[in-house]
Amino acid sequence: MSTQNVTMPNPADGKSNAAWRFVGRRLLSSAIALFLMLTFVFFAVDLLPGDAAEMILGRDATAQAVEALRHDLGLNLPLYQRYATWIVNLAHGDLGVSLANHRSVADLVLGRFGNTIFLAALAAALAVPLSLFLGILAALYRNTLFDRLSSITTLSVVSFPDFFVAYTLILFLSIRFSIFPSIADISSSTPFWDRLYASLLPALTLVLFVMAHMMRMTRAAIVDVLSRPYVEMARIKGMSPLYIILRHALPNAWAPIINVVIFNLAYLITGVVIVEVVFAYPGLGQLLVDSVTKRDITVVQACSLIFAVTYVGLNLLADILSILANPRLRQQ
Amino acid sequence: MAVMTSTLSKTRKPKAGKMSWAARFGLAVIALYLFIVLFCSWIAPYGQTAIVGMSMDPWSAEHWLGTDELGRDLLSRLLYAIRNTAVLAFTANALAFIVGVSLGLSAAFKGGWIDNVLSRLVDSVLALPQLILALLMLSIFGNSTGVLIAVIASLDSMRVYRLARAAGMNIVVLPFVEASRLRGESMIWCILHEILPNVATPLLAELGIRFCYVFLFISGLSFLGLGLQPPAADLGSMVKETSGLISFGDFTPLIPAAAIALITVSVNLVIDWILHKNSGLE
Repeated sequence: MSTQNVTMPNPADGKSNAAWRFVGRRLLSSAIALFLMLTFVFFAVDLLPGDAAEMILGRDATAQAVEALRHDLGLNLPLYQRYATWIVNLAHGDLGVSLANHRSVADLVLGRFGNTIFLAALAAALAVPLSLFLGILAALYRNTLFDRLSSITTLSVVSFPDFFVAYTLILFLSIRFSIFPSIADISSSTPFWDRLYASLLPALTLVLFVMAHMMRMTRAAIVDVLSRPYVEMARIKGMSPLYIILRHALPNAWAPIINVVIFNLAYLITGVVIVEVVFAYPGLGQLLVDSVTKRDITVVQACSLIFAVTYVGLNLLADILSILANPRLRQQ
Repeated sequence: MAVMTSTLSKTRKPKAGKMSWAARFGLAVIALYLFIVLFCSWIAPYGQTAIVGMSMDPWSAEHWLGTDELGRDLLSRLLYAIRNTAVLAFTANALAFIVGVSLGLSAAFKGGWIDNVLSRLVDSVLALPQLILALLMLSIFGNSTGVLIAVIASLDSMRVYRLARAAGMNIVVLPFVEASRLRGESMIWCILHEILPNVATPLLAELGIRFCYVFLFISGLSFLGLGLQPPAADLGSMVKETSGLISFGDFTPLIPAAAIALITVSVNLVIDWILHKNSGLE
């Protein structure tokens, strides 16, 4: 897309700069958001009663032991130095040590994050094509019973709590009819197809949630384009409705669709938390909830940072791609 | 969500002034919940923490929905849970609105660096995932009821701020605000008398939508064991506590979950109707 921007001589060169300025501004604001998160996460430890050394050693540690560990951890350095060291360590992938079981946080988090990404990717692979297809269908047969029904179902699903949908699916698909397992216990040694099968029901729950938004947006974007004169023209020419939608409407509706798709992928990444807990899926979300309950703050720090980076990154991508997908936005 | 359906129903041409069946249904459910909230200590057959039966009794004439694993009556717990969750959601939401609207309208009125700083801050916080932020804050400050309300209200007030500021921005440039400014009225007077009445409708609709959102959010947190702490009954934690029954094909755990779904759907239906009525689409 960017090469297109360069090779095409643009009569209004100042205008295309505005788009890049917008991208720059978005990059900057994402960076600020992440910096806020980093700072907040860092000071989270300082706000706790006691410090990390006391927490690691527990209540019955001697004063000397606490002081020695404090020295080892660099806790007696001034705040700004600790903050700088923490960021440098983070940049090197050193996430610290879990307060609960003294294992390296990076080890704890890494495999779990892989599992979460697997689940989210599976849900996305099912949800994106399905909702685009249904959205196009709803636009094609708009104001019919199909359209009405699909909008009512999808809109009510999003007003349900996640666990309601999850348990309903479990009750019907794994208890009444034993099609899927109700608990997704997978490990790193689980073969790919077993892992896929075990993750299908949690993925299905997530699909139901993100589909509503994506499908409505696809429909709305296409219907919006359908009122344009060139679509009228195509219709008068005698083109079939499906041809008009695929050839004329869809290409001009990509920008909002791409935006909403990626936005929902970002939602998937954080929406997994509750679904993972319902299905006992060994992902990052479950680890986060467990650690919050145990107040294992270093693990909470690491998990929330990973979630935040993924979320902010995907939202940034959504905005940038939707500018690049639409020549009009590109030159605004 | 509400806005989407209201544009959708544009083509349906409902009769002017007449309430749709969906809105009637929504209002009836809201009235029922209000009744439960106000009178649950009278209608509930047992107390919310009273142990009145064996562990995990099935449905019977004495215990309509059976008992939980500690032998507490599930119907009574359900009624109290509706009250507790609704009151919690309402308090957090009201707090969020007071803070969000007053800051948002002040920012719109004052402009300048106050507006800039506040808006940048809010944009940055809203760019972060809300559930993760809430979990982080709860792990720092603990999860007492006060902290829970404060955490949810502060996160929610950011969205309210954004809407109030955007709505206020359109009003502060109008001549009558200008006139009252020149008259030398104070900021608070201007906001209360000139701006607030003109942004009331979108804010009221938002109040309903945010109530649903907060209700779902609290239930989610309680489901994760981080919301309202036991032994107080809460819809989310009730689902979690009884979830073991699902594997026996029993749908009792779905009842509290359905109670959450019912109220959020109903509030949405009523908001749709209000927005539709005010948009003058008839």
